[in-house]
Amino acid sequence: MGRLSECFRALRSKGERGLLPFVTAGDPDLELTEALVLSFAEAGADAIEIGVPFSDPIADGPTIQRSSQRALAAKTSLRRIVELVARVRPKVDLPLVLMGYANPFFAMGEERFAAIAAEVGVDGVICPDLPPEEGEVFYAALESRGVDPILLAAPTTSAERLEMLAKRTRGFLYYVALTGVTGARSAISSDLREGVARVRSVSDVPVCVGFGVSTPEQAREIASYADGIVVASAIIDRMERVEDRSEKVDVAAQFVSDLKGVLRRG
Amino acid sequence: MEASSRPGRFGAYGGRYVPETLVSALDELEQARLRIVPSEAFERELQHLLRSYAGRPTPLSFAERITADLGGAKIYLKREDLAHTGAHKINNVLGQALLARAMGKRRVIAETGAGQHGVATATACALLGLECEVYQGAEDVERQALNVFRMELLGARVRPVDSGSRTLKDAINEAMRDWVTNVRDTYYCIGSTMGPHPYPTLVRDFQRVIGDEARRQILEAEGRLPDVLVACVGGGSNAMGLFHPFVDDRSVRFVGCEAGGEGVESGRHGATMTAGVPGIFHGQRTLVLSDDDGQIFPAHSISAGLDYPGVGPEHAYYRDSGRARYVAVTDSEALDALGYLSRLEGIIPALETAHAIAHVRKLAPTLARDAIVLVNLSGRGDKDVIQVRELLAAGRREKH
Repeated sequence: MGRLSECFRALRSKGERGLLPFVTAGDPDLELTEALVLSFAEAGADAIEIGVPFSDPIADGPTIQRSSQRALAAKTSLRRIVELVARVRPKVDLPLVLMGYANPFFAMGEERFAAIAAEVGVDGVICPDLPPEEGEVFYAALESRGVDPILLAAPTTSAERLEMLAKRTRGFLYYVALTGVTGARSAISSDLREGVARVRSVSDVPVCVGFGVSTPEQAREIASYADGIVVASAIIDRMERVEDRSEKVDVAAQFVSDLKGVLRRG
Repeated sequence: MEASSRPGRFGAYGGRYVPETLVSALDELEQARLRIVPSEAFERELQHLLRSYAGRPTPLSFAERITADLGGAKIYLKREDLAHTGAHKINNVLGQALLARAMGKRRVIAETGAGQHGVATATACALLGLECEVYQGAEDVERQALNVFRMELLGARVRPVDSGSRTLKDAINEAMRDWVTNVRDTYYCIGSTMGPHPYPTLVRDFQRVIGDEARRQILEAEGRLPDVLVACVGGGSNAMGLFHPFVDDRSVRFVGCEAGGEGVESGRHGATMTAGVPGIFHGQRTLVLSDDDGQIFPAHSISAGLDYPGVGPEHAYYRDSGRARYVAVTDSEALDALGYLSRLEGIIPALETAHAIAHVRKLAPTLARDAIVLVNLSGRGDKDVIQVRELLAAGRREKH
């Protein structure tokens, strides 16, 4: 069993919900990313999503756009990101997931990236612009090497397609909380509970909810029906508000710890 | 000549690389395309608008003076500059706006570079009573102030895009983000033969009226098919619209003219066919300007309409299969060609179109006098005259 499946099995047996914080690799540099990964692990994260920056992030709102631009300005590349994973892998035991748009993975070569990802200890890959119909070769290459291809489902996904996605995904299904781009929102959609229930009715795959989740109150509510929560822009927003590097790590880790506290009490 | 059994694939290119949220919207659009567009009622209404509103068919003009001046092939111009709003863009937007209305969408969004597609979309929305918002890179908003004002006069809202390179590619990013957010009631009217399936096919089929007319007209004028078709290529809709109806006429050669900018070797260009690599960008697999790490880098061109680091997937397929040849034309060649056509034929072409004219100046003298070259005069240059005046003045200052 892969680290992700093991992680959600353990969470379910404890009656706990997972917290998956996100960090854009290389924002503002990979040294800080490494510090964030280690401190998130310590603060109680259950898995960590490491964002691969892309020049044209069509599914992202202003926060992750800015973050990606800072990372690219620092010459962050996919090659250097897998090197980062290789460095932190011996230091943390939790699942590490890369999340990024298709082109950087394809530029490296699907097979080649899959081999490197498996070797350095990447546990899963999320590709928001690569539906399974287009990603067959890439996803099969990942899976054959023990790296989970994690698919997304959205509120606009049809029932028939939802069943296909739930069957095809590995590790967990990433349920997009809203019709829109990433970014903190003051309220979560009232349809979300029903959306997650749609998945439950066809599959027992773990479901994690992301896009827009930004407060412990929202986390608590979503935790009443989902297996886990992905938080991204809300963490980056907090780090943007402080200048000092160690303060950035502190505010981010404190937020992760606050969110996890809510999910533990679930 | 789709070489693959998968819908929306052109050889290794095309496809549908989009966030999951948009998959159902693209399915809905594909179903509407297959059901509504071929219906008699839709066809009748579109033909009516193309004739009575857009001014079709546009003429095919024999360019007598440049033919004589170049001393080679006979040159014909397909006069899309005479279509309403001054370019071929209207053909596509009338089709898509009618489709949006038939699908029950009340709000239409679009991206624009130079502003031609934005103006055309604003026009069609005014005509059909649809709400219209146009995304345009902040840099293009400044460069093309006149078109911004035209869109506003037509009742559209122009949304300047400040992210990234602040040009066409960023306008498309932002339009896609809007669509992801408002997908249930919004129709995204893409302006070229690009983007996720079914857009490249949908736009091509609305633009093929150019080639269908040109084929009839040249047969009438010359009693035979042309030897070469020439058109400029950004996303590639005017070129595809001209080429596609001739695709099975193997004697007819196709030449696409892309933005060579300051020269392909300078790195500042929009020459995806010459210098691009296969990549995934704006929902499609196509040729893109990208670095080794898969990051897209901004294009450069004197013409905002060719200032795009990708190209329609069917063109990429034509390139690989050898059906069409693509050449890069530099900024200064295009600028010269704009003046040349203006002085010799009394037609001020758009800077985009001037790229095709520049190539014809090189091509025609190499061909026999009985050869026929048919050029798509895709748009008129009114929108560019202020920029051209500044460029020519700057050029004169440099010489002195």
